[in-house]
This record gives sequence, C-alpha cells and structure tokens, in this order.
Amino acid sequence: MPVPILKQGQTLIASIQAALTDTDLLELRDALLEQVGRYRSRGVIVDVTALDVMDSFSTRTLRDVAHMTRLRGAQTIIVGIQPEVAFAMAQFGLTLEGVPTKLDLEEGLTFLAESAEQQPDE
Amino acid sequence: MVKMSNQAAPAQIASDATSVLLSELVAHLRQNRTLLREEWVRRITDAEQLTAMTEEEIFAEATSVYDSYVEALETGTLEALQAYARNLSERIIPRGVETDEVVGIVLLLRDVLARSLFAKYHVDFKVLDRILDAYEPAANRIAITVAVGFVQERERVIREQQEAIRELSTPVLQVRERLLILPIIGLIDPHRARQLTEQLLHGIRANRAKVVVIDITGVAAMDANVANHLVLTVEAARLLGATVIVTGLSPEIAQTLVKIGVDLGKMNTVGDLQGGIEEAERLLGFKVFPIRETKTA
Repeated sequence: MPVPILKQGQTLIASIQAALTDTDLLELRDALLEQVGRYRSRGVIVDVTALDVMDSFSTRTLRDVAHMTRLRGAQTIIVGIQPEVAFAMAQFGLTLEGVPTKLDLEEGLTFLAESAEQQPDE
Repeated sequence: MVKMSNQAAPAQIASDATSVLLSELVAHLRQNRTLLREEWVRRITDAEQLTAMTEEEIFAEATSVYDSYVEALETGTLEALQAYARNLSERIIPRGVETDEVVGIVLLLRDVLARSLFAKYHVDFKVLDRILDAYEPAANRIAITVAVGFVQERERVIREQQEAIRELSTPVLQVRERLLILPIIGLIDPHRARQLTEQLLHGIRANRAKVVVIDITGVAAMDANVANHLVLTVEAARLLGATVIVTGLSPEIAQTLVKIGVDLGKMNTVGDLQGGIEEAERLLGFKVFPIRETKTA
C-alpha cells in the first residue's frame, strides 16, 4: 500500500497508515526525495502513529531518508512513535540518531515553523 | 463407612447415619451453652491468648463464635461460619492478633466441647466412640475453615497494601505546562524499573510533555541492569519527542553509569532537582523571577 504524501506549504507530510513492506518503504523514500526537489520543500514530517512495530529495516530507512532529504535542503522529523515502540527501539539500539523526533504531527509542524523562523537570522 | 461418606461430600458435614448423632450433640451443646462458653473463655485467658483484646471483647466474640460453631455443626454448611470468620478477621487483624492465636482458640473450643462429650458419654464407650466419629471430622473442618478464612483475609490485606505501594511508588507529576517530574525514592528492582518506564512514557503522551525531570536523589544505588534500563528510558523518551533531565545522581550511581559506559552526550544530567527544573524551564522558555525585584528594577 503506497503512503500518501500531502503538501502543506513548504512541508511534506507522509502519514503511514498501516504496516509497510520493505518495498513500500523504499518507494516512500524515493517519492519523498523526488518531491522535496519538485516542491522546494524545507521540511518533511513522517507520521508513524499507526505503526505498532518498528524493525531495524524501517528505522534505518527512515534515518536514511532524513539524511538524504537534508542533503537536498529539507529537514525530516519523525512524529507519533508509540511509547511501547519507543522502548523496544531503545532496547534494540534503533535510536534514529541525528533525526529529530516529536510527539505528534502538531508538535512536528510547530518545530518546523520555529526552525524556519530562526534560519533567516543565522 | 461414616468417615468415608464425610470425605466424599465435603460441603455436607453429616450423612444420614451421623445426622442423628449430630443433632443429639447439638442439643447437648445448646443446653450447656453458658457453662461451656465460660469454660472456653477461661481457658483462652489461662493460655494467654488474644492478649490484644479486653476480657469483655473476648467474651462477646466467644459467644458469637460459639453460636456460629454450633450452627455449623447442626446445618452442616460452612458458609455462615466462613463469612463470620472473615468478618472477625477483618476486625481483629488490625489489632495485631496472630494466626497462631486464632487457630489456638478454635482448637481450644474443640477441646472444651470434646471434654464435655467425654464427661457426658464416658459410661458407654461405644456411644462415645460414635459421637466422636460424628463430631471430630466436623470440628476439624470448622477449625480449618476459620484458620483459612483468617489467612485469606490477611493475604487480601497484604495484596491491597502491595497494590497501594506500587501505585504510590512512581508518581508522574506535572509542575509546569509540558514539564513533568518523576521523583524516584527507594530501591529500584527490575519490576519497578519496567513499571516506571511505562508510566513515564504514557505520562509524556498524556500530558504532551516536552521536558521530563527524573530525580533520583532518593535512590542510593542501582545495579548495572537498572542503570541500563534508565538509559534506555531516556532514549525512548527522546523518541517520543521529550527531553529528559536526570538529577540527583549519587556518587555510587555516577560510578555505575560510567562503568557501564553510558554515552554522556545522550544523558542530560544536572546536580540537584532545583537545577534540573531551572534547566527544564530554560528549555521550555519559562523565566521565573521574584516579584519584588521586578518592581524595584
């Protein structure tokens, strides 16, 4: 099942609705990387609220997406990780290092808006 | 034969053969109620049982127990006695009455009644034998019921208290909007560590917390496993989008954390709770200052 990607201003929102196969994940990666360039997006939010399992492949792929989109000028953040999933990920050492994580979509949008405000000053 | 039928139907004390004997027995016990009850109370006092209770209380309870006891012998059902035993336990456990005392007084009553049966039937040994055959299994079952009732009540109280302690042991408190504190006091075993993590992570979601201060001033030491668990909790909280500040690390815990090789870049620690809350306020953009100073400034 492909993941819908919504465009909201300068932000792309990918809302994962159900468990993804490895192929789905790779397609999501490619689609995000392509659309970041096409819409000149500054931020990407991946919402994983619906996922009750995050394995090493999906964690690594999402981290890769974050690093790749940064190279193309957009910051990626992951939102909506469930408490149980978070602890399981910590136990297996899947900690998404270098990728900001936020509580939910709202928090993610606020975070991106704040960092967009700060950037022109720097 | 009589004994076998008794064992085959545990809820029913009397079989047909013994029921006649039992009703004779009950009539005897009813007749001598005052005398036997006084004898029982005297023996309780002599044996220095139930020292936590006054003589009047013992006498009042003894009356109720005696009546329930005879009733259980008569009807053969233990439900009423069971309920009474539970009720009695509820009243006397908080006063420090011990299990051996409760079992002791029930056995004393059994002995007092058996003695009176001896006295009544000692002329005819065969009748006495049959009476005792009817009496003993019933009396033993009553003694067991009372003892079990007492122990069960005790266990129920213990379970309730354990539950209460468990709930009290890990409060997650909101001190400012989006700031939680989690004061931990006492020993952390693996079970408590797990529970702590669960409460914290769900607390973060429920309160939409951005910063959490975990204060472990009240924890003297922790083993490597629990320390590791703490580090994982901090990591998991970050995945939920919350920053964790750990405060009040004792020298021993600091040593443990360094020995297990914690990546200090991932752990945000501040010396004491006050410092932790100040740091959290800074992260959240709060500023706290005394009212008077602003007036003069």
